[in-house]
Amino acid sequence: MNLPFFYACFGILIFLIGLIGLAIKPNILKKLISLNVMGSGIFLVFVALAKRAGLSADPVPHAMVLTGLVVSVSATALGVILAIRVKQIYGKAELPEDSR
Amino acid sequence: MNKTNLFQSLWALLLIALVFLFGGMLFWSLYHIPEYSDGLSTMVTQHMPNSGVKSEVTAILLNFRGYDTLLEIAVLFAALLGAYRISPIRLDKSLVQSNPVILSLTQYLVPIIILVSGYILWLGGHAAGGAFQAGAVLASAGVLLVIVRPESLNLKHTIYLNFILIMGLLVFTLIAFLPILTGGTILEYPRKWAGTMILLIEAASTLSIGFTLMLLFAGGRPPAGDN
Repeated sequence: MNLPFFYACFGILIFLIGLIGLAIKPNILKKLISLNVMGSGIFLVFVALAKRAGLSADPVPHAMVLTGLVVSVSATALGVILAIRVKQIYGKAELPEDSR
Repeated sequence: MNKTNLFQSLWALLLIALVFLFGGMLFWSLYHIPEYSDGLSTMVTQHMPNSGVKSEVTAILLNFRGYDTLLEIAVLFAALLGAYRISPIRLDKSLVQSNPVILSLTQYLVPIIILVSGYILWLGGHAAGGAFQAGAVLASAGVLLVIVRPESLNLKHTIYLNFILIMGLLVFTLIAFLPILTGGTILEYPRKWAGTMILLIEAASTLSIGFTLMLLFAGGRPPAGDN
């Protein structure tokens, strides 16, 4: 177990923490934060595993993370804007409880 | 224990099992990844002389995997279109208390941030840097102005602003489809012009990304202006 794998393990842990948050938090803002935590975990795995190439890290995962960052920022921004709209209409930024 | 509680604890158990299963699968696959791998780095190094730039990440983003980046800029634009569907935002009053320190600091910081953004854009050719970093830095200047002095930005929903927002996607698409005229394939830059084309795409994208991120932060469509 060398250093890239050590970091990648923590990336997976961070991803799982985000996954749990996404599932159990009803508030949309907290769901968005969870999504970002999941994304950060994935980016950490990518960047960590790129270092397996030795001295100079594999640049392809780095470029992919750069791409992912921008997509994640724009998705989060749109999500927050929609959450604000939901709050304006329903009075709270939460998804409705299951109808059962 | 009533029915809802039972349902909730069952759901929690299911969730825990699912997370453990999924996590186990991820760790298992991580365990089986080869310990040393060059990935695609040897291939990238091999083709670097053809790319037109000296920075590997820039070469991958705008040349080798240009298709990804083109779609990424399209995604950014799509997010902005989504935000535009919501009613126009008000950009006339400051979000912070009027404070001489903040006001003058903004006054000094914004030009420096714009300068740094241009420098990072230029740096993308041979080191870490490029359109997305430069665009994010440019957006930070915009965000600062949106928070402190929105009236000085004077953002209006005009054709000029729309042009800046679409410019990155437009220039990139044009340059991507240009090689078809000479019998090439999409995104196949001629070797001699590759560097110039990449710089052109990056410059246009920087402006678009900066303004798009700033408007996403501000919350959507600025108030209508006379075109």
